[in-house]
Amino acid sequence: MFKILRAEHLAENIVLMDVEAKRVAKACQPGQFIIVRLDEKGERIPLTIADYDREKGTVTIVFQPIGASTYQFANLKAGDSFMDFVGPLGRPSELTTDDLEEVKKKKILFVAGGVGTAPVYPQVKWLHEHGIDADVIVGAKTKSLIIMEDMMKEVAGNLYVTTDDGSYGRSGMVTKVIEDLVAEGKQYDLCVAIGPMIMMKFCCLTTKKLGIPTIVSMNPIMVDGTGMCGACRLTVGDEVKFACVDGPEFDGHKINFDEAMKRQAMYKTEEGRALLKFQEGDTHHGGCGHCGGDK
Amino acid sequence: MEGLKRVPVREQAPKVRAANFEEVCLGYNQEEAVEEAKRCLQCKKPLCVQGCPVAIDIPGFIGKVVEGDFAAAYQILSDSSSLPAVCGRVCPQESQCEGKCIRGKKGDPVSIGKLERFVADWAKENGIKPKKADKQNGKKVAVIGSGPAGLSCAGDLAKWGYDVTIFEALHEPGGVLTYGIPEFRLPKDAVVKPEVENVKSLGVKLETDVIIGKSVTIDELLDEEGFSAVFVGSGAGLPMFMGIPGENANGVFSANEYLTRSNLMKARLDDYATPMPVSKKAVIVGGGNVAMDAARTALRLGAESHIVYRRSEAELPARAEEVHHAKEEGVIFDLLTNPVEILTDDKGWVRGIRCIRMELGEPDASGRRRPVAIEGSEFEIEADAVIMSLGTSPNPLISSTTAGLDVNKRKCIVAEAETGKTSKEGVYAGGDAVTGAATVILAMEAGRAGAKGIHEFLSK
Ligand SMILES: Cc1cc2nc3c(=O)[nH]c(=O)nc-3n(C[C@H](O)[C@H](O)[C@H](O)COP(=O)(O)OP(=O)(O)OC[C@H]3O[C@@H](n4cnc5c(N)ncnc54)[C@H](O)[C@@H]3O)c2cc1C
Ligand SMILES: Cc1cc2nc3c(=O)[nH]c(=O)nc-3n(C[C@H](O)[C@H](O)[C@H](O)COP(=O)(O)OP(=O)(O)OC[C@H]3O[C@@H](n4cnc5c(N)ncnc54)[C@H](O)[C@@H]3O)c2cc1C
Ligand code: SF4
Ligand code: SF4
Ligand code: FES
Ligand SMILES: [Mg+2]
Repeated sequence: MFKILRAEHLAENIVLMDVEAKRVAKACQPGQFIIVRLDEKGERIPLTIADYDREKGTVTIVFQPIGASTYQFANLKAGDSFMDFVGPLGRPSELTTDDLEEVKKKKILFVAGGVGTAPVYPQVKWLHEHGIDADVIVGAKTKSLIIMEDMMKEVAGNLYVTTDDGSYGRSGMVTKVIEDLVAEGKQYDLCVAIGPMIMMKFCCLTTKKLGIPTIVSMNPIMVDGTGMCGACRLTVGDEVKFACVDGPEFDGHKINFDEAMKRQAMYKTEEGRALLKFQEGDTHHGGCGHCGGDK
Repeated sequence: MEGLKRVPVREQAPKVRAANFEEVCLGYNQEEAVEEAKRCLQCKKPLCVQGCPVAIDIPGFIGKVVEGDFAAAYQILSDSSSLPAVCGRVCPQESQCEGKCIRGKKGDPVSIGKLERFVADWAKENGIKPKKADKQNGKKVAVIGSGPAGLSCAGDLAKWGYDVTIFEALHEPGGVLTYGIPEFRLPKDAVVKPEVENVKSLGVKLETDVIIGKSVTIDELLDEEGFSAVFVGSGAGLPMFMGIPGENANGVFSANEYLTRSNLMKARLDDYATPMPVSKKAVIVGGGNVAMDAARTALRLGAESHIVYRRSEAELPARAEEVHHAKEEGVIFDLLTNPVEILTDDKGWVRGIRCIRMELGEPDASGRRRPVAIEGSEFEIEADAVIMSLGTSPNPLISSTTAGLDVNKRKCIVAEAETGKTSKEGVYAGGDAVTGAATVILAMEAGRAGAKGIHEFLSK
């Protein structure tokens, strides 16, 4: 069992947890993820490592309740436990494994969308601790969904916050901010974009136009996370890669996002039903004729 | 002549079992087992033993069954095998022990597998447990992977007094026995779990959710965690795909994914959270045990289930019994057929598979006649799920994170067959990780060889 030491709602729909997982905390690097399972009947849910404390032996995860499993997680409190918590999975971010002197020469821009702020944080923090200050764009739909702003400010070079509805910070999507910054005279050698797939897709279109190499962190559907099932396969250039072992970070300009987004929606119907069942408990037997729950 | 036919084994009726996940074969009862055992001629030079990869004293244990001394029969099995309940169920007997049995020259060979299974099940029901070591020797050994190789290696070492910890990447132990082979062939609660519990009852510790090479490396186990030797039984779990157009469409799975969802994650049961694809017509590509398992799983989940295989029936690598069972249950075999493209609809879902007919040409390196495409014979099969069962290879996670551990060009760990010794001091390996995808009995044997190798190494 893996004990939850802290459970905090960062925003209306975003939860942060510190989980005791000594082996993961000791071995993990920015860019990697874990797989967590609540109980005997739970599914294996991949989540990116948002922070870690090697001394305390804890790993931080930040997630958005969007379906049956993540809603269940959101109800957990400090003192509760996950049955399984395995990792670190995937490869560390190349920024942390490449030659540090080379990395230092680069001007790096991070682009975080929504809950993607969480996985961006440990990378920016790692760079900061190694004497590199990267610029960071954090974007969300609206002010209440901006998370980890103060933490990020401490480790980022410049932090640019933007909201789609203009309720806080700059106004407009993150892609607009990228274009604005470049128009304002900023130059970047590398962009790292993490967020919903659709956001990463459009970031890549923008940075391609601007000629900025871009890394994205892909989040396809996974089962084992160890290279055993192939559920997570993606087309990168003309190769098929398994995101869980070859990634999750890839050259964003080579990803076939349209295919990836279709694959991500593969279980939409089953998942929707599972969520309904969770929200309505045993009361939902279908047949109401509206939701298709009986089909 | 008397005794030409084997005592038939009771099975669930095909129509009934095609709709449930309970074990197909019900096994012999005591009377049936004794009767079948009497068919054994107790050969002086038993050919059957030559056919068994671990050389079980087959006439010996069968003789004890005739006497009704099942405990003694179990002792004989245990001398050579640590997983008789499993091997009796899944060994390809027709090409091993039973394939050599003299009785088979004229009539049916003795049902050695079914007798082995009967004895092992009897022992379990009667609470016969392996004996724990009298004394611990204080030496720590790490075993990576809890499949047949890892379990048997750990079991032997524990019996000799070692302090053994198994590290397993998944949340459940058992390897392919748990995530791959379906419930209807190898029941998890009745057969696999008790085997794992037996190993644990010898004092073996089991840490699930630990991926060697990621959570901790082999060097760290040896240098920091106090282990004196390591056995690698990590299997060959990396699935292969064909590389044809459309293969990443929604509804195209590796057999590993499909079976893992159904077996390990129990997605086929309503109250488990992992989703499972619902399909009306599934095409399974391949002809091995894995393909049969996927086809029969799809069938049980309500699909019309087709096996597409590029050679003919005689070349099907699956166990004869599985092919027979699959046919009885209604799996349709499209033989001498090879996929060339997966067809998709505008939402990215599979809608069919384009195939080409094949004919058999000259024998290839493997001795089997090579399938050759018949030009202009392409045709389409409608399908809403395609399950690729093309084989697997060893996962490079361990080899790529362990300096000094040699692998061959197929990414298999190089190890001596008799001892499991690898190129790295203190590291032993066996099972599918060394041979590539093979069989349970060979993995089990390799685990025991590794235990011997480690014992010799640590006794120096
Ligand atoms: C490497 C990786 C890192 C991730 N990191 C984070 C993170 O830090 N924070 C966060 O909030 N989310 C993260 N996700 C996404 C997260 O795994 C999904 O939101 C979660 O699995 C949804 O499960 P559910 O049952 O609650 O929702 P469901 O209703 O079952 O699914 C909602 C959507 O989530 C996705 N999804 C469902 N099951 C899986 C699965 N087994 N694997 C991957 N995606 C799935 C699908 O797109 C699906 O349509 C990550 C995914 C991956 C692959
Ligand atoms: C669907 C299917 C049906 C089959 N049917 C038959 C049959 O009928 N008869 C037969 O004889 N054989 C059959 N086989 C083959 C047989 O199951 C295998 O040959 C056998 O299980 C190999 O045993 P193993 O112990 O070497 O590896 P596995 O059983 O593969 O076990 C390896 C274990 O190691 C774990 N692992 C891997 N990497 C790591 C790591 N880095 N850290 C920690 N743990 C790790 C894995 O999660 C797994 O649990 C079948 C295989 C499949 C897939
Ligand atoms: S272990 Fe397998 S091959 Fe050997 S006797 Fe038993 S069933 Fe036959
Ligand atoms: S070859 Fe057949 S008949 Fe002879 S000992 Fe073996 S099982 Fe008995
Ligand atoms: S999640 Fe199974 S191979 Fe990547
Ligand atoms: Mg879900």
